[in-house]
Amino acid sequence: MTHTVAEAASDDLEYAVKEIQHGIPPRVIGEPVMEMKHITLRFGGVTAIKDISFDIREGEIRAIIGPNGAGKSSMLNVINGFYHPQEGEIWFRGKKRGPMKPHEIARQGIARTFQNIALFKGMTTLDNIMTGRMTLMKTGMLSQLWWWGRAQAEEIEHREKVERIIDFLEIQHIRKTPVGRLPYGLQKRVELGRALAAEPKLLLLDEPMAGMNVEEKEDMCRFILDVNDEFGTTIALIEHDMGVVMDIADRVVVLDYGKKIGDGTPDEIRNNQEVIDAYLGVSHD
Amino acid sequence: MSPVFLNTLEVILNGLMAGVMYSLVALGFVLIYKASGIFNYAQGVMALFAALTLVGLQTGQVPFSHLINAIFGTEVHHFGWELPALVAIVLTLGVMVIFAILVERLVLRHLVGQEPIILFMATIGLAYFMEGFGDLMWGSDIKKLDVGLPSGGSFWLEDVTRGWAAEGADYYGMYIDLLDVWAAIVATILVVSLTLFSQYTKTGRALRAVADDHQAALSVGIDLRTIWVITWAIAGFVALVAGVMWGAKSGVQFSLSLIALKALPVLMLGGFTSIPGAIVGGLIIGVGEKLFEYAIGPMLGGATENWFAYVLALLFLVFRPQGLFGEKIIERV
Repeated sequence: MTHTVAEAASDDLEYAVKEIQHGIPPRVIGEPVMEMKHITLRFGGVTAIKDISFDIREGEIRAIIGPNGAGKSSMLNVINGFYHPQEGEIWFRGKKRGPMKPHEIARQGIARTFQNIALFKGMTTLDNIMTGRMTLMKTGMLSQLWWWGRAQAEEIEHREKVERIIDFLEIQHIRKTPVGRLPYGLQKRVELGRALAAEPKLLLLDEPMAGMNVEEKEDMCRFILDVNDEFGTTIALIEHDMGVVMDIADRVVVLDYGKKIGDGTPDEIRNNQEVIDAYLGVSHD
Repeated sequence: MSPVFLNTLEVILNGLMAGVMYSLVALGFVLIYKASGIFNYAQGVMALFAALTLVGLQTGQVPFSHLINAIFGTEVHHFGWELPALVAIVLTLGVMVIFAILVERLVLRHLVGQEPIILFMATIGLAYFMEGFGDLMWGSDIKKLDVGLPSGGSFWLEDVTRGWAAEGADYYGMYIDLLDVWAAIVATILVVSLTLFSQYTKTGRALRAVADDHQAALSVGIDLRTIWVITWAIAGFVALVAGVMWGAKSGVQFSLSLIALKALPVLMLGGFTSIPGAIVGGLIIGVGEKLFEYAIGPMLGGATENWFAYVLALLFLVFRPQGLFGEKIIERV
């Protein structure tokens, strides 16, 4: 077996993870927060997701993996309401979810990041992360105009929380920089910060480490683990780097051509013949 | 001080005031363009409609009176009351908010995700509709708008400046229209409060967020429809201010809607996406066309104000297409 760069990174990571976990009580994985039941999603004649069921439990890191075009991002878009499945039920925190718009779902406590970074490029890091708290701010527009003082007090209160996130993600030095000017790795970190600012019940990360170098990947892994550990945030993530997935995920669901072909702990997935076939290819003769 | 210097100063001052008026119109365009990527062709007509509504409410005109009279054979024209200017302005503001809601419901909602050119076409349609609707509602005669702002030349300034010229010089003092001064003050307050609102409030931040990225805005819980209504309502408010100022200056009539054309060169100068750009662009064009008319106009037979702004804008298009403050378009290969 060759020792790839990714594996070297994940070795380092394993060490880091142990270091972080040392002395901290073991994490508690609770009841399912999100249950997808027999989800089917079609675009015209194309079926992107075919009858997929899985759950995400409170406090866990749940990975969704699969080859390109397997339906991973579509699944995330279903969860946060960009897409509406034709069939199936979505249960969130013990209640069946009706047809909802993305911004309503965000207000329920589901935050996300995007594969291709969707930040507000003209705004500063600070402002970007402040928008993350949009759902938690109470004063309406008219009171912002007439009760300048109250709106200001609320701004300050939320600003404190945001500064804490900025400290946590170690991005103090770029607080006032418009994010369009930041390098890719930092933009990804700001995007994570914006999602965290909403204090989500469920955090969706779409390829948080795509296009990063080893060092940036390690940082991102550390942040994801810390978020999960310190805030107890439930995380569902899509990732291509197998080493990373196997290291940080509690449970993994594997999709291929819109179907679920595996679901279980990293060890179970590693030994699942169907998954191995899907990734390595298999001769059909 | 020599009379030539004082005259030039007067021209520049008047140019700045005229520029403020251009900026006011351009500001409405920039606001909507930033928030929804739509070039709102109807901005000028919105100013006309707002001014018409204001005059109508203030003088107690019966809306649709011609239509009502034609159908029912009645002879109603006026309710017989006069509203105070402030009350009429607040009511007009309400009408502009209702207008914003209707635009979102009837037009924008059905065009989500369409090409910008389609949305642009929709605003052209909206402009023609409103033009006709405004006529139908309030009649097409030229109306006098008086909201109690002082107008006419400032005698005080005339007296003071007359003293600046050398004794016995052929100089009679500066002429500056008080209405222009008030327009400048109002515009300044408007711009400052809009900037504070967009920079330091939750809703302002949401507006900027939507302008930047629709999907990301949705994912942090911003309701696009609400934001669009707010944007159009603010643009309606700016249109009302522009309509009041221009209407008080030159009467409320159809040609008011053509001030939108004056805003185009301002936008090309300042950039479509920049609020400071709209202001500086307006000032440059205002001062530029007045100075040009004063210095070079007589050699060309005058009336250069009609085309100067467009030629300037054309030059800008050649050398700096994104405008003074617009976002530079960088294409990665």
